[in-house]
Amino acid sequence: MTLWETLLDPFGYDFFVKGLGAAVLAGALCGLIGVYITLRGMSYIGHGLSHAIFGGYAAAPLLGVPIVLGAGAWGLASALAINAIARSRRIGADAAIGVVTTASFALGVALLTRFGTKGPAFDALLFGSINGVADSDLLLLAGALAFAAAVFTALYRQFLFSTFDPEVADVSGVHVKRMDALLMLVLSLSILATLKIIGVTLVAATLVIPAVVARMLTDSFSRMLWLSTGLGACAGAVGMYLSFQLEIPSGTTIVLVDAAVFLVVLVVTGGRALRRAGGLDDHVELPVPVRPVGASR
Amino acid sequence: MGTPVSAGALVTVSGVSFGYDGKPVLLDVDYAVQPAEFTGIVGPSGSGKTSLLKVLLGTVTPQRGTVHRQPGVAVSYVPQLETVNWNFPVTVAECVLMSRSTRRLLPWATPAEKLEVAALLERLGIGELGRRHIRELSGGQQQRMFIARALLRRPRLLLMDEPTSGVDIGTRHEVLHLLGDLNRDGLAIVLTTHDLNGMAAHLPHLVALQRRVIAAGPPSEVIVPDVLEQTFGARMEVLQHLGMPVVVDTGEPVRLQPVAG
Repeated sequence: MTLWETLLDPFGYDFFVKGLGAAVLAGALCGLIGVYITLRGMSYIGHGLSHAIFGGYAAAPLLGVPIVLGAGAWGLASALAINAIARSRRIGADAAIGVVTTASFALGVALLTRFGTKGPAFDALLFGSINGVADSDLLLLAGALAFAAAVFTALYRQFLFSTFDPEVADVSGVHVKRMDALLMLVLSLSILATLKIIGVTLVAATLVIPAVVARMLTDSFSRMLWLSTGLGACAGAVGMYLSFQLEIPSGTTIVLVDAAVFLVVLVVTGGRALRRAGGLDDHVELPVPVRPVGASR
Repeated sequence: MGTPVSAGALVTVSGVSFGYDGKPVLLDVDYAVQPAEFTGIVGPSGSGKTSLLKVLLGTVTPQRGTVHRQPGVAVSYVPQLETVNWNFPVTVAECVLMSRSTRRLLPWATPAEKLEVAALLERLGIGELGRRHIRELSGGQQQRMFIARALLRRPRLLLMDEPTSGVDIGTRHEVLHLLGDLNRDGLAIVLTTHDLNGMAAHLPHLVALQRRVIAAGPPSEVIVPDVLEQTFGARMEVLQHLGMPVVVDTGEPVRLQPVAG
């Protein structure tokens, strides 16, 4: 077998082609929604919600509910519970995420250990799997991506305003609470759709890393959306290919590709890009024309 | 108690009390915002200035009293610069356009919107900065950008929270002049400040607030030792310089009267 044939070999397998499609869609979806998640300082919620949805995955078959519906409803309920607890201001959002999602994850582990699973295998849920990507999984991913793209396009300025400055957005006619709830819905749906490919433990990285890299490369919000979505899709494709060749879980390779891109951008751009992403840039004072008090314009 | 709703007032606050977690922040406050007025709400930290702004905005509901807004009056709000995430990836033009966020299903700006934003930025003296990142602006330019965002909603009342907090003297002058110009064009402005000499003394009308309205009127009636003592809890001397009051803090603390809930 020539090198070329070896490189193209995976494309002869139907399951790989489906897995590749799913990884591209999953990467793009996580890259898109990751922009809003990271800019809102909610990076941890992706980690938490994926763990919460794991509980739904375990419980749904036992309750006789379709896995997608059961886990989706479980995830959305967890997201809304986190929002409600965090808004009460008694405890912070990080603590709310910690309580709700780890409890849900623990319940999922307990149910799977005690009763087994009729759904995806335990390891596959944790780290993602290239195997067994069904047409229905692809449809769910494509639907979730289309829904997210439609929501973020139609409500582009509302989401931008409520992400940048929720207090002023609220008094400027933007329904900030509605935007928050809609974002939680899109996030829950996205995590649910991508969990099989990327896995519970690694979803957070695919939400955060492409968005952070995109932020390092641009100061424009609209460009950041395109960059993060594209980076996520590319990392999904390359990661899935490596997963097949190296026989490593797909979530792991996708995240490692994301991390490699982050390192390359960091090295190429130097600390300047990292400061941009981390809010460490010095304030730049430009010359200001000053008129004396009492002077008219 | 209570101010009757005046026919011309943009917003009338009547007998309003408000607090957080049972702690009173505003007590029996009466205040009416008239068209084209330019008022500074003065008081120390914790005196209820920002809460009164929020009552005027309608983002908090008073526990007692009434707030009446003239129907159809657009109100815009400019936050404190210190509360803004200056690292957020957004250009000046994108930031201004945020406030035009209703009923458009496509994300990009229409040619008419682009022209409107360009004209607004030009009017505020930052016409060439539309494509800059917000972090690249000076303090005065940042304030102008947020005023542009507020003006895009075509308000009749502009509310500003500490617009000169943490800025240098040049920026303070710049903002004061700009607000004066906008007010002369008919825009009502209500701002909060704890800066008596740098800001309050230059405004045509003041409200001294210490949970209650201590005094209201022109600076000559509000920036006087008795009012300042009740408002700030410290003895201050007031000198006159070129017809304007200048406050000198003598450093003697005064025990404020406890406020009854």
